[in-house]
Amino acid sequence: MSDLTKLNAAELASKIQSREVSSVEVTQAHLDRIAEVDEYVHAFLHVDTEGALASARAVDADVAEGRAPKSALAGVPLALKDVLTTQGIPTTVGSKTLENWLPPYDATVTRKLREAGVVILGKTNMDEFAMGSSTENSAFGPTHNPWDLARVPGGSGGGSSASLAAFEAPLAIGTDTGGSIRQPGAVTGTVGVKPTYGGVSRYGLVAFSSSLDQAGPCARTVTDAAMLHEVIAGHDPLDSTSINAPVPPVVAAALEGARGDLKGVRVGVVKEFAGDGYQDGVLRSFEAAVEQLRALGAEVVEVSCPAFTYALPAYYLIAPSECSSNLARFDAMRYGLRVGDDGEHSAEEVMSLTREKGFGAEVKRRIMLGTYALSSGYYDAYYGSAQKVRTLISRDFDSAFEKVDVLVSPTTPTTAFKIGERVDDPMAMYLADLCTIPSNLAGNAAMSVPSGLSDEDGLPVGLQIMAPALADDRLYRVGAAYEVARNDAAGGSLVHRVPSLEAPK
Amino acid sequence: MPNISRDEVAHLAQLARLAVTEEELDVFAGQLDQILDAVAKVSEVAGEDIPPTSHAVPLTNVFRDDVVRPGLSQAQALSGAPAAEEGRFRVPRILGEE
Repeated sequence: MSDLTKLNAAELASKIQSREVSSVEVTQAHLDRIAEVDEYVHAFLHVDTEGALASARAVDADVAEGRAPKSALAGVPLALKDVLTTQGIPTTVGSKTLENWLPPYDATVTRKLREAGVVILGKTNMDEFAMGSSTENSAFGPTHNPWDLARVPGGSGGGSSASLAAFEAPLAIGTDTGGSIRQPGAVTGTVGVKPTYGGVSRYGLVAFSSSLDQAGPCARTVTDAAMLHEVIAGHDPLDSTSINAPVPPVVAAALEGARGDLKGVRVGVVKEFAGDGYQDGVLRSFEAAVEQLRALGAEVVEVSCPAFTYALPAYYLIAPSECSSNLARFDAMRYGLRVGDDGEHSAEEVMSLTREKGFGAEVKRRIMLGTYALSSGYYDAYYGSAQKVRTLISRDFDSAFEKVDVLVSPTTPTTAFKIGERVDDPMAMYLADLCTIPSNLAGNAAMSVPSGLSDEDGLPVGLQIMAPALADDRLYRVGAAYEVARNDAAGGSLVHRVPSLEAPK
Repeated sequence: MPNISRDEVAHLAQLARLAVTEEELDVFAGQLDQILDAVAKVSEVAGEDIPPTSHAVPLTNVFRDDVVRPGLSQAQALSGAPAAEEGRFRVPRILGEE
């Protein structure tokens, strides 16, 4: 493995600007790594070799001619989740429905990355339409966790998280509707952030549940995530739910946090996220993380958020309801798959045949569940009640944030499970998102940062940090302080302990 | 008693334009019943006096100035079409036989 793939994004950016190494060399090193290991990991659905090298050459030309860098991450490679549109480059959303679709436009996130000189290596695997917690719902086969290739890398953004842990990319983009950035981050020993809802534009993000979907940064360090956050965030008139407010000072907060002082920071431990269903090693890792925060000077108190125990059921009504409406656009008329257009079948029949063929089982389940929850006679009991729970969850967050600056919990109740273990049991699969969902329903910011390995199975565990809406900077301050302290105590970063993939078992 | 019958699932599939198979109906009916059983818990705490939240960040309508901005060209808009004819989307027949 080339040493360049072991470096983090901030280091690579600085070496490119100081001409110690070119962006083309960095990009080629990552393309080589993908060629070497992706047949085992399957993080990528599409690798854009030519496009990546062209972007890298443009950055190198800027450096050679002494032009100011386009951003602090100019020339650094990135893996883009296949849910964000890329003009002329396949965007499948992990679905047969869009298998051969070439989008005619770039998502705002894609455009911002390009304008920042970030090198897009390719598109990463995901659960179909971002519905899932393991990446096993991809129509194009599962992604394997680099820590143990027999296990899932989390989901829906398992391609993005696995690409980081396999050192195929130093940066990635994910999207988080119920935990799809944070939960994959936790089980792969990487960092993932769900910004405040509305902080990053949804324009060109193929919609699953529009009131919950949020794109965000994935990286191997908190500071790298902060640098990427600054590149992709900001108001966008093309997304009417985009927040028209300055981007929180996330990079400054990460740098401040990395100095290792959390004196005066009030941390609340969510009482409800422990007990039955939580793996012992996950809880022990979490308790050690809380101790570490205390040692950094934070005041730790226990906080009760009783409505959080209703978050999972509320989510599995709200998200399917919105998805049943959003996915109605896949009607086989304007783009995507069309099946049964033989001159005999009517338009309606063609729609039904196409959707049957194009969607996988989980997508169909959720469309039908949402159709049911929204139908007259059931609306009040299901969808209506779920919306009220959403209010209660926001109230719990509001009262908690009167007492503390951030809340913490394990990111996910267990470490990575085996591929195939939960595919036939939807409810067991849904439990992976138990702790991440409240922040989607309330729209506030949340991060997962590695907290070590679970002592009983040697697999990564994530610490979740939650902050109020528009206070994303608090995640980075606390996350960076914790990361530095944990790395110091453990003698290095967690993700660098991932097994070598060059000779898989 | 199940929350949802096999016939109801067939009806939902039809409403959602999913030509599901008989085998799928059997599987989905059981799974949807199990999921509905678990999510029905929301009604336990959804009191009359609690207002619903549809969106985490309250926003009112967002308007822009009514000026022409660039959009997709006709060729771009049709570029992903399963079938196009004379610069338009070609669709299967939309009327019944009779």
